[in-house]
Amino acid sequence: MDANATTPLLPEVVEAMRPYWMEVFGNASSIHRQGQEARKAVDHAREALARLFNCREAEVVFNSGGTEGDNTAIFGLLRAGDQLITTSIEHSAVLRAAERVAERGVEVTFVGPRPDGLIDPAEIRRALQPNTRVGDSRRTLISVMLANNETGVLQPVEEIGKIAADAKAFFHIDAVQGAGKVAIDVRRIGCHLMSISAHKLHGPKGVGAMYVRRGTPIDPLLVGGSHERRQRAGTENVSGIVGMGRAVELAMESLEDGTIERLAKLRDRLEAGLLSVEGTKANGVGAPRTANTTNITFDQLEGEALVIALDLKGVAVSGGSACHSGATEPSHVLMAMGLDRHAALASLRFSLLKTATEADVDYVLSVVPQAVERLRALAPA
Amino acid sequence: MSGGVDSSTAAAMLARSGQSVVGLTLQLWDQTRLAGKHGIPDAPKAGRCCSIDDVYDARRVAEHLGIPYYVVNQEERFERDVVRPFVDEYLAGRTPIPCSLCNNHLKFDQLLKTARSIGADRIATGHYAVNEYDPTRDGGRGRWILKRPADLAKDQTYFLFGLTQEQLSRTLFPLGRMTKPEVRTVAREHGLRLAEKPDSQEICFIPGGDYKQFLTAYLEEQGEAMPETAGELVASSGEVIGRHEGISNFTVGQRKGLGVASPSPLYVLNIDPASHRVTVGADAELATKTLHARRLNWISIPALTAPMRVRAKIRHRHEPAWATLEPAGADEVLATFDEPQRAVTPGQSAVFYDGDEVVGGGWIF
Repeated sequence: MDANATTPLLPEVVEAMRPYWMEVFGNASSIHRQGQEARKAVDHAREALARLFNCREAEVVFNSGGTEGDNTAIFGLLRAGDQLITTSIEHSAVLRAAERVAERGVEVTFVGPRPDGLIDPAEIRRALQPNTRVGDSRRTLISVMLANNETGVLQPVEEIGKIAADAKAFFHIDAVQGAGKVAIDVRRIGCHLMSISAHKLHGPKGVGAMYVRRGTPIDPLLVGGSHERRQRAGTENVSGIVGMGRAVELAMESLEDGTIERLAKLRDRLEAGLLSVEGTKANGVGAPRTANTTNITFDQLEGEALVIALDLKGVAVSGGSACHSGATEPSHVLMAMGLDRHAALASLRFSLLKTATEADVDYVLSVVPQAVERLRALAPA
Repeated sequence: MSGGVDSSTAAAMLARSGQSVVGLTLQLWDQTRLAGKHGIPDAPKAGRCCSIDDVYDARRVAEHLGIPYYVVNQEERFERDVVRPFVDEYLAGRTPIPCSLCNNHLKFDQLLKTARSIGADRIATGHYAVNEYDPTRDGGRGRWILKRPADLAKDQTYFLFGLTQEQLSRTLFPLGRMTKPEVRTVAREHGLRLAEKPDSQEICFIPGGDYKQFLTAYLEEQGEAMPETAGELVASSGEVIGRHEGISNFTVGQRKGLGVASPSPLYVLNIDPASHRVTVGADAELATKTLHARRLNWISIPALTAPMRVRAKIRHRHEPAWATLEPAGADEVLATFDEPQRAVTPGQSAVFYDGDEVVGGGWIF
C-alpha cells in the first residue's frame, strides 16, 4: 500500500526494455547503425512522452528522474534578482532547490495550503511582485505540484496557469505524482515546464522526463555532450527511456479504461474501513485527490511504530518522510496543512497500486485495527 | 543495534539460534545539530556511537543476518529525558550520567514499549550484564536478579541499576557471560565485518567529549542565556581564595582549571548551587565516609528495610567499596563506607552490590 513511493515494472515494460540490455546496446548518439537502432528506440519513447504531455517531440527532455527535473527548472531558470513563488507542500527536491537559490539572491515565497491541502491561486497572485521597471529582464517562476505525494490532493494548476500567463511568469509543474493518475495537457494548463518520473508509473527507477516549452530560457543542469538538443548532457539511458516510454503508453491507456474509477472505489472502501477505527481522521479529504491515496491520522500512537507493526504483518505503508538515517521525520506537508508535529508523526499514507485487489483491501482492514489497538494499549503516545 | 560490535554480535547470536529477531536502531540525536559550534567537531570520529556511519553499519549487519531492520526516531524523547536533564544537572553544580537516564527512559522503557507494540516479547542488547530469574527470592515470590558479567572490565551494570522487574523479565543480555575478546571472535565467526571496530568511549551526543562546549552551544541554540553562576572559590576553612566563572565548569575531584596558584595540588571538594561557592582543598580532604542517595531502585530485594552490608560503586570507574547501607527516610539511603572514598559526587549514581548481584542503586545528592 505504498504505490506513491514507487511501483513495480509491468511485464510489458520489462519486455520492451529487454532487447536494449544486450542486443540493441548501442550509444544512441553514435552515427553507425548500432547507434541508430538505439536512437530509434529513444525517439519512439519520445513520441509517447509527447502524447502524454500533449507537446512537440522537441519539447521532451529525458533525464534521471523527478528530482533532476525539479532542480533543473529552478536552478536552470532563475538568477539573482529573479523571483520564485512556490508552495510549502512541494517535494523536497523543489524545497531544497528553492532554499539554495534564495541564498543566491532569488526572492523566494512559499505559499501555504489551506487546511484541506489545496493551494489558493489567489495567494499565488498576491505573491507576484509587479515588474515596475521598464525593460525589466527579471524572471518570475511559479512552481506548483500537480498532485501531492502525501495526501493525493490535486492542485488547481489550470487557474495558476492563467495567473502565470497574465503576469508573464514562467510556470513549472512537478507532476511526478500526478502523471499516470490524471490526464495532463501542458497546453491546456499553460505551463512552461513539467517534471515526471518513470518509477511512479510502473517504469524503471533512475529515469524521467521534462516538458520544456520551446523558447523557455533554461540553462541545462548537466553539461557536456549535446544530448537532448543540448538541454541535458549524458549518454542516454536507452533501456530506461524505452521502459518509460512503454510505461507511459500503458498509463495513458489506464486513464481511459476504467482503472482509475476502480481504484477510487477500492481506496474509498479502504478509507471508510480505516476511519471506522476509533480516533482516526483523514487528511485532505475535502479537496480533489488522486484515486489511489488516503492519508489517515491515528490518535494516541506513534506512526512509526504502526508502520513497523504493519510491515511485520505484510502491509507496506509510509508515514512522514525518511530522514538520512532511515528514521521518520514528520510530514512537512501535513504540518503545513495545520497538523501539529505530534499528529503529523501519527499519520500514515496508504496508496494503492493500480493492480490492487479487493482481497488486498480486505487484508489491510483485517490487520490495521488490531495493530492500532495493541499499540495504543502498550505504547500510548 | 548501535552499529557497534557488541549489539551486532548479540543480534547475530540470537538470529542464528533460530529466534525470530527484528533489529532496531534508536535515532536519538542529530549529530549535525551543533557540529562546528563553539569548538564542537564537525566530522564524526571513531570512538563515538551513533553517527550516520554507525546506523549504516547496523543496517548492514541486519542485512547480513537476514533480519528485518528499522530505525526508530526518538529524538524528542531523548532530548527531553536525557539531554535537557544533563544540561540542567551541570548548571545546578552536579555531575550527571546521561547513560543511566538513557537506559531508564529510552532503551529499556520506550524501546521495550515499541518492541512489544510491534509484536515482540522481549528486547536484547549488547550490554555486558547477566539477568536471571530466581524463584526462591523474596520469600518464594521470586525476583529477577541482575549480576555483574564475566568481563568485569566491561561491566555495565552500573548504568543498569534502574531496571525494573518488568524490564528485566523482558530483556536478554546475550553477552553477559562472555569476555570482550570472545565477543570479537564470535563476531568474526558470524562474518561480521565490524568485528574489529573500536569501542565507543564518549557520550554519544557530545562529539569531541568536551561537555562545556556542548553546554554553551546547546544553550545558545535554545536561545537561553547561560545562567550567571560565577562565584567564590573558597578553601575548606571558608577563606575566600579566588573567583570562578561558573559552577558548571567544575566537578568534584577536579584538579585542573581551578585558576588558583597553590604550593600543593588543589581539588574541588564541593559545589554549592545556591551560593555558587566552589570549595577546594587537598587530596586528603576529598575523601568522605558517607553518601546519601535517593530516587532508589531495588533489584535483588524488594526494598531496604534494615541495614545491609554491601559494596558500593560511586562512579563507573570505581572499585566497589565495602559499606553499610541503611534506610534514611522515604526513598533515601545512607551508605557509610568502611574506608573513606574519594570524590563522592552529587549527580552520579551509587550502585550497591552483594557479591555479583546488583542490590539496587540511586542518585547521589
